[in-house]
Amino acid sequence: MKKRKFGLALASIFAAGSILAACGGGEEKEETTTGSGNGSTEETSDFSVAMVTDTGGVDDKSFNQSTWEGIVEFGEANGLEKGNGGYDYLQSAAESDYVTNLNSLIRRDFDLVFAVGFALHNAVAEVADQQKDAKIAIIDEVVADKENVASIMFKANEASYLAGVAAALETKSNKIGFIGGMTGEIIGGFQAGFEAGVASVNPDIVVDVEYAESFTDAAKGQQIAKRMYDSGVDIIFHAAGGVGNGLFTEAKERKQKDPNANVWAIGVDRDQYDEGQVDAETNIVLTSVLKRVDVAAQEVAKLALEGNFPGGETITYGLADGGVDLADSRGAITEETIAKVEEAKQQIIDGEVTVPEQPEK
Amino acid sequence: MSKRVVNILVPLISILLGLIIGAIVMAVSGFNPINGYVALWNGIFMDTYTMGETIRQITPYVFSGLAVAFAFRTGLFNIGVEGQLIMGWLAAAWVGQAFELPAVVHVPLALIAAAAAGALWAFIPGLLKAKLQVHEVIVTIMMNYTALHVANALIGVISGGQERTDSIHESASLRSPFLESITDYSRMHWGFVIALIAVMIMWFILQKTTLGYELKAVGFNKNASEYAGMNVNKNIILAMLISGAFAGLGGAMEALGTFENMSKLHAATGIGFDGIAVALLGANQPFGVLLGAILFGALKYGGLNMPSEAGVPTEIVSIVIALIIFFVASGYIIRVALERFGKKRKEEK
Repeated sequence: MKKRKFGLALASIFAAGSILAACGGGEEKEETTTGSGNGSTEETSDFSVAMVTDTGGVDDKSFNQSTWEGIVEFGEANGLEKGNGGYDYLQSAAESDYVTNLNSLIRRDFDLVFAVGFALHNAVAEVADQQKDAKIAIIDEVVADKENVASIMFKANEASYLAGVAAALETKSNKIGFIGGMTGEIIGGFQAGFEAGVASVNPDIVVDVEYAESFTDAAKGQQIAKRMYDSGVDIIFHAAGGVGNGLFTEAKERKQKDPNANVWAIGVDRDQYDEGQVDAETNIVLTSVLKRVDVAAQEVAKLALEGNFPGGETITYGLADGGVDLADSRGAITEETIAKVEEAKQQIIDGEVTVPEQPEK
Repeated sequence: MSKRVVNILVPLISILLGLIIGAIVMAVSGFNPINGYVALWNGIFMDTYTMGETIRQITPYVFSGLAVAFAFRTGLFNIGVEGQLIMGWLAAAWVGQAFELPAVVHVPLALIAAAAAGALWAFIPGLLKAKLQVHEVIVTIMMNYTALHVANALIGVISGGQERTDSIHESASLRSPFLESITDYSRMHWGFVIALIAVMIMWFILQKTTLGYELKAVGFNKNASEYAGMNVNKNIILAMLISGAFAGLGGAMEALGTFENMSKLHAATGIGFDGIAVALLGANQPFGVLLGAILFGALKYGGLNMPSEAGVPTEIVSIVIALIIFFVASGYIIRVALERFGKKRKEEK
């Protein structure tokens, strides 16, 4: 009995093989002509650029998406087309996919490959050692001592400081919330800047800080947002990727039930205004802390195109060079507050105010 | 139709049906199914690199499949393989980076630590089931979450507040320059040998030992086993321990092979949950599990190439792969249909 089952299963594997092989026959030729010759170093006339997402996916309404928007803009400006030899992306479903996807793009001869997010650190380090001719740029993380890797960092704490100033001036309950993704240095920067910004306006305001310990769990985000709003918080800033979608859902639901409810959310990474649309007139997004990943991606791509790929270097984008900023509030913030925010912005650029990089323990 | 022909036809037809329905899904969504399947095939067999990576992908599935299957044979639904795997991963990663030992000692020590950590995580639901009749499904599901967050917190402690543990020492690594050289730097590692040994061990325990006989007896009928003088509670706990140990070893494959460290996880790895499907595909037989894992892992890894080469989006790829697995798992329906068909033909003659 057992033998028969074994044989049966074995047959199924072979069957799968032969069927697939049969399908493959006709296509083989085309395959080799468009082929992605392994590690070939020949110069292509056109510049091509691609990116690997983290597990959030390319439409995460956050980091991956902004990088992709930057790449698309770069591609269109330079007359590239989506696909081989132009621009493209690969999504990672699991952490074990990072190395595979990086390798796969490099084998397809993309001149520059972006790795989005700190989660790809090890994968980038590993691939960079094996594929010496590849150029990789990692976003939001430093991969040190690799000649073919450029690291792109953002002073998120500076823009978060401005968000803190705006929130502290706009709050009516003097209670403000912060939802973090996973505890660590990166989100710590957001928290530290935000808290410092709030304290610079009014040290008595309580900032309610909670981490979701996830970047994807929207349900958890909604749970935290619910608790915060229930406790009287009226403005919540999230630095938590997909978790933030739960915050927007909660805020929108409250606004729908009671149009006079004073609930606001501050978005992160990209302008999240669209996520806060309740109806044609109402929106619960106060502003967003922008990491201009798109700007950075375009600039690094441009550098690489010109042959000045900043391999082995760390480029940090801050308020001064437009790499981070606050999004247009579209009338949600009063003119006075905006003036104060601009003032704080100038102070940071001039170096009169130094924004802390990590929260006080 | 002879039995033998049916036995060969059933899997053939099920895979063919899966491929056809998958092709229809792709065609309806506006993608060329032939390009899609060529990309899937190339993703698995294109060169030594993809083949090495495919084996790398299959390895942990073997363990998670064995873990689920082993508990199933004793009548237990171990849904907590995911959590046990995470604990095993953490234990192996910690042993790998904390000690400096010769490889002959280091690798087995890391493996034993992983198996022990997985077994410990499975011991709690086993104990609760045996002593207090708490249903193991509930406890194991809950312990997946505790494992995830305990592991994340411990990674912070071990690494001094970093996002990931340090890389393991080379002496604990299952990777080898030899495997790298024959597979063009894939992450394939010696774990596949350990996986094959684990398959043999499970077969041996179940078929050749008194323990295995008792475990299976408890799985068939708890009351009858007790009446026959077997210690049911002891067997339940033992089954969970062994199942958890398999799961923990699956985690060790990630720690000592694929990643060589452990990063904080945003969500479950999915390997443990896929193990349920792998076990069912393999009819809870050790060698069946091996084949199930090969099918599952190969499709999963090959599927990665479909967005890249054929432009089929990840979501459609998941649907196509799920369809193929669905039809393979529902081979019974095809068997019945074939037998009916065969009978009719005979009558007509």
